[in-house]
Amino acid sequence: MFIINHRGFFFWLTGLLLAAAIGAILVWGLPLGIDFTGGSLMQVSYQNGVPPLATIEKQIAVVPLGSVSVRASGTNAVSIRTRTLTETEHAAILAAISADAPATELSYTSVGPALGSQFANKALWAIFAVILVIVLYIAFAFRKVSRPVPSWGYGLTVVAMLAIDLIVPAGFFAAYAHFTGAEVDSLFIVALLALLGYVVNDIIVIFDRIREHLARNEKTGLRESFEDTIGKSISETMTRSINTALTVALALLALIYFGAEATRNFALVMLVGVVAGTFSSITRSAPLLIPLANWFAKK
Amino acid sequence: MARYRVSAVFALIVGLLLAYFVWSTQADPTSSYRFKLGLDLAGGTELVYKADMSQTPSGEQSEALAALQGVIERRVNLFGVAEPLVQTEEASSLSGITEDRLIVDLPGVTDINAAVAALGETPTLEFRLVTPVTVGTTTQTGYMSTGLTGRYLASASLQFGSGATAGLAAPQVLLNFNSDGAKLFEKITSENVGQTLAIFLDGQPISTPTIQEAIPGGQATITGQFTATEARDLVRNLNFGALPVPIELQSSSAVGPTLGAAAISAGVTAGIIGFAIVALFMIAWYRLPGVIAAVALVEYLAFMLAVIKVIPVTLTASGIAGLIISVGMAVDANVLIFERTKEELRGLSGQEGKTPREAVHIGFERAWPAIRDGHLTMLISGVILFWLGTSIVQGFALVFVLGVLASFISAVSLSRVFLLAIVPDLPAQAEEGRGAWKFLLSSGFRSPVN
Repeated sequence: MFIINHRGFFFWLTGLLLAAAIGAILVWGLPLGIDFTGGSLMQVSYQNGVPPLATIEKQIAVVPLGSVSVRASGTNAVSIRTRTLTETEHAAILAAISADAPATELSYTSVGPALGSQFANKALWAIFAVILVIVLYIAFAFRKVSRPVPSWGYGLTVVAMLAIDLIVPAGFFAAYAHFTGAEVDSLFIVALLALLGYVVNDIIVIFDRIREHLARNEKTGLRESFEDTIGKSISETMTRSINTALTVALALLALIYFGAEATRNFALVMLVGVVAGTFSSITRSAPLLIPLANWFAKK
Repeated sequence: MARYRVSAVFALIVGLLLAYFVWSTQADPTSSYRFKLGLDLAGGTELVYKADMSQTPSGEQSEALAALQGVIERRVNLFGVAEPLVQTEEASSLSGITEDRLIVDLPGVTDINAAVAALGETPTLEFRLVTPVTVGTTTQTGYMSTGLTGRYLASASLQFGSGATAGLAAPQVLLNFNSDGAKLFEKITSENVGQTLAIFLDGQPISTPTIQEAIPGGQATITGQFTATEARDLVRNLNFGALPVPIELQSSSAVGPTLGAAAISAGVTAGIIGFAIVALFMIAWYRLPGVIAAVALVEYLAFMLAVIKVIPVTLTASGIAGLIISVGMAVDANVLIFERTKEELRGLSGQEGKTPREAVHIGFERAWPAIRDGHLTMLISGVILFWLGTSIVQGFALVFVLGVLASFISAVSLSRVFLLAIVPDLPAQAEEGRGAWKFLLSSGFRSPVN
């Protein structure tokens, strides 16, 4: 009942977290990678240590490219980001940076500008479509419980929660990217999508318990305030919520520490999202229903 | 109970067989059931081309695209790649404009430059009729498309004919059309006797012969100003395949073999360690059900990996992410069931606690709606992502959907069968043994039996 009694506090905490996340996104921005903007990204390694980045920049300047960003990546490698290169320019850069010490190309990606904006579009639409379908499904699955909150109210609550749960990890990533130079790539979108699935499942478990209690109360004729029903449902499902989050977090930590460089940022975003999402579904999803119920009671 | 024991033994045997299948096909380098690794893990080059269909009549586009695919496949094979993959994709943007793409995967190739050169240098061949165009007072030469393109070409060969230069045989390129091309060529030549039929190569007129008479039989000769070497190159390129439609490189990516190999070994290490930690946690916290969940999860993984091999699903970094999330879902289904069982054992709100076996039965029953709704929403989300997503999102979505389905099956059948095969049916009044089972079915790090 702790959460129900102090739901005002948790509302404020949510607001604060959300404000911090939105602030981070507004102040630092989400640096879009070449998957979205188009451009070329080259990762090269040097066997005998990386030369100073300024030297590499000077070497690249032989090829007229406009702005070029050169960053250290791991211990022995650098990544070079430019506008979309032609194959001739690509070869010219490789030759230029290999002038002093031979550079081995680890990976190279080049995305045309048109393709980049298409990817962003498609990803956004996919997220919207998923959210819409989730609302419809939940409204359907909870169709038998229409008091004190109509079944689509559960769907709407889930969507409000999802918006918060995606903004918080995005805000985290904005701050993380600001300090490490990471960029939003397609795996970041995949992480948000995976989080979407995880958090929905998390909220559904709690709502399912509310649904069960409401149905049982109706059958036995037990009169119980909606607050009590929700409070009971939350405390009964809390161990499960925490344990599931813990197991997923453990798997993600393994991925962060032992996994490939390519999936590290993905796992980090997921980890923040799972922790924030679990906290959010425990402390907020059900309490959000109470004001909604009060509002419907007044009508 | 006997029924559950038979099922449990059967499930264990199936699990062992699946695990053996996964292991043995991976150990055998010649097996066709080895994991198919995406280019980001195995190393290689991916090139995405846009096919320019603006000059192709709408009825013939799919045919032209298939022809394009065939030509590129031939070129790729000449390039000498182990398992190349050439596929076409129709991408429709929301504005309603469709775009035809050609995606070329070249595993093991890391020299993009060479790959692009080998694929891109194919000429486009086209026959156009010369028509005078009046612009103001001057008359200019205009060209009218005849529809006869390199698509209708069956083969090209080099021959030396009596040229204008005395004493020297001029190199000529002999074109053989396929049956459709032959008909078209005959039609064009018979309808336009006396006119000039220009032969365009890569958008440039290279030869402008005048049609003397209708030409049946589907043969044409190009007598341009070639050197012998140029003519030979042209013949080779035309035989490799003239592109039916122009293509433009849109994106390319290459992953070196070291990066890919590092990604795999790191991924496998992380997977094993992550799985071990999760299993340990489950056993420590949930005791007997935890052990059963761990066994069920191993079976779940064996099943998933076998399915990935058999379909086969190409594993990429995003696919592995999907696998990890679906393992999380499978764990969650088990957690839900065990928490419920524990509650029933303890007795809800003043009610008398159930016997262990009853508790297991009811635990599964009560957890079912949450598992069903959770899995169904994820399933729907996964299908939408697969439907709408780009290839990297699809890689995630496909594994995720398979994983959710497998989790469904594993949670409600495997864990249930195993638990019911072990937990004995103690009569309600029997006190002996009940405490022990209660302990085994409870959870937490302190002793909850009270």
